[in-house]
Amino acid sequence: MAARLDRRAVLKLGAGSAAGLVLGFHLPARLGAQEIAENGAQGNGFGPFLNAWLRISPDETVTLVIDRSEMGQGVYTSLPMLLAEELGCDWRRIRVVAAPADPIYRNLFLVHELLTKGEDIGDAADWFVRRLSRVVGQQVTGGSSSVRGAFKPLRTAGAAAREMLVTTAARRFGVAREECTVEAGEVRHAPSERKLSFGALAAEAALLEPPRRPPLKPASAWRLIGKSVPRLDLPSKIDGSAIFGIDVRLPDMLFAAIAMPPVFGGKLKRYDSTAVLKRRGVSAVVPLPDGVAVVADNTWRAQAALAELAPEWDDGGNAAVSSETIEATLRDALAGSGRTAEAAGDPAKELSGAARRVSADYELPYLAHATMEPMNATARIGADGIDIWIPTQVQEAVQKAAAEAADISTAKVRVHTTYLGGGFGRRLEADLAAQAVRLAKAVGKPVQAIWSREEDTTHDFYRPATAARLEAGLDAEGRLVAWRQTNACPSIMARVFPAATWLEVDQTAVEGATRMPYAIANRRIAHVQRDFHVPVGFWRSVGHSQNAFFKESFVDELAAAAGTDPLAFRRRLLAQAPRDLAVLELAAEKAGWGDALPPGRGRGIALHTSFGSIVAQVAEVTVSADGVSVERIVAAVDCGIVVNPDTLRAQIEGGIVFGLTAALYGRISIEKGRVAERHFDDYPMVRLGETPEIEVHVIASDQAPGGAGEPAVPPVAPAIANAIYAATGKRLRRLPVAGQPLTT
Amino acid sequence: MAKLVVNGQPQAVDVEDEMPLLWVLRDTLGLTGTKYGCGLGQCGACTVMIGKDAVRACTVTVGDVAGPVTTIEGLSPDRSHHVQQAWLALQVPQCGYCQPGFIMAAAALFQRSPKPTEAEAIEALTNICRCGTYARIRQAVRILAKA
Ligand code: FES
Ligand code: FES
Repeated sequence: MAARLDRRAVLKLGAGSAAGLVLGFHLPARLGAQEIAENGAQGNGFGPFLNAWLRISPDETVTLVIDRSEMGQGVYTSLPMLLAEELGCDWRRIRVVAAPADPIYRNLFLVHELLTKGEDIGDAADWFVRRLSRVVGQQVTGGSSSVRGAFKPLRTAGAAAREMLVTTAARRFGVAREECTVEAGEVRHAPSERKLSFGALAAEAALLEPPRRPPLKPASAWRLIGKSVPRLDLPSKIDGSAIFGIDVRLPDMLFAAIAMPPVFGGKLKRYDSTAVLKRRGVSAVVPLPDGVAVVADNTWRAQAALAELAPEWDDGGNAAVSSETIEATLRDALAGSGRTAEAAGDPAKELSGAARRVSADYELPYLAHATMEPMNATARIGADGIDIWIPTQVQEAVQKAAAEAADISTAKVRVHTTYLGGGFGRRLEADLAAQAVRLAKAVGKPVQAIWSREEDTTHDFYRPATAARLEAGLDAEGRLVAWRQTNACPSIMARVFPAATWLEVDQTAVEGATRMPYAIANRRIAHVQRDFHVPVGFWRSVGHSQNAFFKESFVDELAAAAGTDPLAFRRRLLAQAPRDLAVLELAAEKAGWGDALPPGRGRGIALHTSFGSIVAQVAEVTVSADGVSVERIVAAVDCGIVVNPDTLRAQIEGGIVFGLTAALYGRISIEKGRVAERHFDDYPMVRLGETPEIEVHVIASDQAPGGAGEPAVPPVAPAIANAIYAATGKRLRRLPVAGQPLTT
Repeated sequence: MAKLVVNGQPQAVDVEDEMPLLWVLRDTLGLTGTKYGCGLGQCGACTVMIGKDAVRACTVTVGDVAGPVTTIEGLSPDRSHHVQQAWLALQVPQCGYCQPGFIMAAAALFQRSPKPTEAEAIEALTNICRCGTYARIRQAVRILAKA
């Protein structure tokens, strides 16, 4: 079906643009039943949500307003590819600009998927979810949803513009539309050897009513989709010219360093600014609702002055909380039955009657995002409102936070999205926006608020610490007949969108534990919610990152209990899941599963589906007196139609390294109510020397596109833990690997 | 008043001697290609060249700079440096934030040792890339080392 083209949007923008075709397209308020059915067939499960504008100027430049943030995942290239595919423009004339905050850019695909767990649901429920999606919908880059959500709407927008250009050209040529073809930014009429460029046609084409259902090319005719088109943003990222949030420079601007209460929920008690205000370049010390800032004419002067300020804090009621107390609470909570997230058959009965019963408890720590670009935002307050430059995944939330901080209407806040020096879910929070606005207001000049690495590490929204209990029953032949999993962890949704937890379990706590590809007749997945004062948030692949570790480690334990090879054990459970099975087999084959290895080496396998993509990985590790060295990771991926294969590979490679850092080193610990880790020495990252050889094998598919940014993360940790088990016989039920004895 | 030569241009900057070079580049001279990642010499995002050496600009004070400074903006006028070209050919950057530092560290490595061994490269390139572009960086280094 067609994205419905919004005539008002066309006119609104068209008026401001001297000449040229400007198209707006957005989510229709309500989708017809047939439209939903058609989209269901496309696999997206929901209508066209993505919103953007394209514009063709007389100089042939095609400007595409991209409403997703570029944080390294390549959306400033893959989304234009979708549009250009149908438009038929000259790829070299594409120009990408970041969209402002606007409800028209809401990521309804993401919200819908979150609420429905990606499943098709009944009509009434679907209606309700769609209504809810519209209410809570936010302009968001996350959930590996960009390409998935844009796949049809952006192609439709390109096709609609193309049809308008062709209609205009045919009229000028005085020929039938059908005789015209589109090629490299021109409409051609071969019989009369005439042609007109898009730029020459655009102004007149813009006066036409956009077609509602323009024809889309069949996949066999695609020229861009499926090609490794070089990233449009990369030249600026090798010469230092790309502007990240921290690089924004405005006339008269000042820089702010911020200290926040070390214990979450604490308060500023007192500070003495006398000496600090005498320091060179320092213009103000500003108390904030969540801390205190020093504003100066240079970042270092602000940071150095803040260090001298040494504010005193009231720790509040949480100064006695530690990782030990949190972990003990979670462990105890495993005894509770929790809220059921998924159930089938009678697991209790089958467990007690099983020939063999296996159970194991697992634990994972809090994790920080540690984006390379520390948190920052730059605000300028003028007579006509607020401008805010920010590397963000959530433009609308930023707009709202800025408006509240300055007590003005959101309409007066203009959000300028810069490049993001990493997002990984951290930039789904709008905390910096309010700080920058408050500071700009306090000093009457533009201010760039920038956190030190230490503030960044100690004031994140962390991946929740989680304890899990898994129990399974095997029959006399070693077949898996029952499975029970209980997760005890804080709820992310209870913080960001409490209503989502009223009716049902927080999906972010159980995603990936539910909807397993393995056929297990009797099962129950449950969540016991235990919240602490440590803020929790979305960390690349969210609940999947924990649940893949629990599930895939435990499946390995069951294979061992059944005396079966881990690959063969999984294979048997996947008879009804051919796509998953194919991915598993491919990874095993490419990794040489079963080939002999030298002593001290082991191979581990893991399979996990998330964000619409299936990923299997085989890790090969060496365990020696020096510890664990990960030698090689072979990944196989089925993520449906691939828009840009090289970008997909890059995301898989990067996801593997991200997962590896977490598996080997990742741990945020709480001491006296505060985060103990501060920098890269105590919160270490994998570096070049520890990077294994990485191989990525992609299965060709014509299924709906799956996500790319997150799905490679979840299988890494279990593949490594399983490889360590294969090498040593030692089963790791906690992470990180570092610091754990690896002898049995 | 500290005197510097940055990307071939003499600069006189009126700042405290103990201000790290990083912040003089970024906040005084407006050369924002050099990034702040930790301020403690741990991540390499701020790597520049002083003379022929790769130096983490957050760890050297402006008063201690002895030699001409080259930043990412001055590595080549047109992205033609062979390290930049290799990075582009292999589509190395993801978010790109760590890349100027990585490219400067690699450029210094190849200047010193045009055919580095894998071990030399690992020793010279200890920067952090949170996006995990290491596999491509390694590939780029391997190709450059053979060229
Ligand atoms: S900012 Fe200089 S090494 Fe991290
Ligand atoms: S490319 Fe993002 S940190 Fe390296």
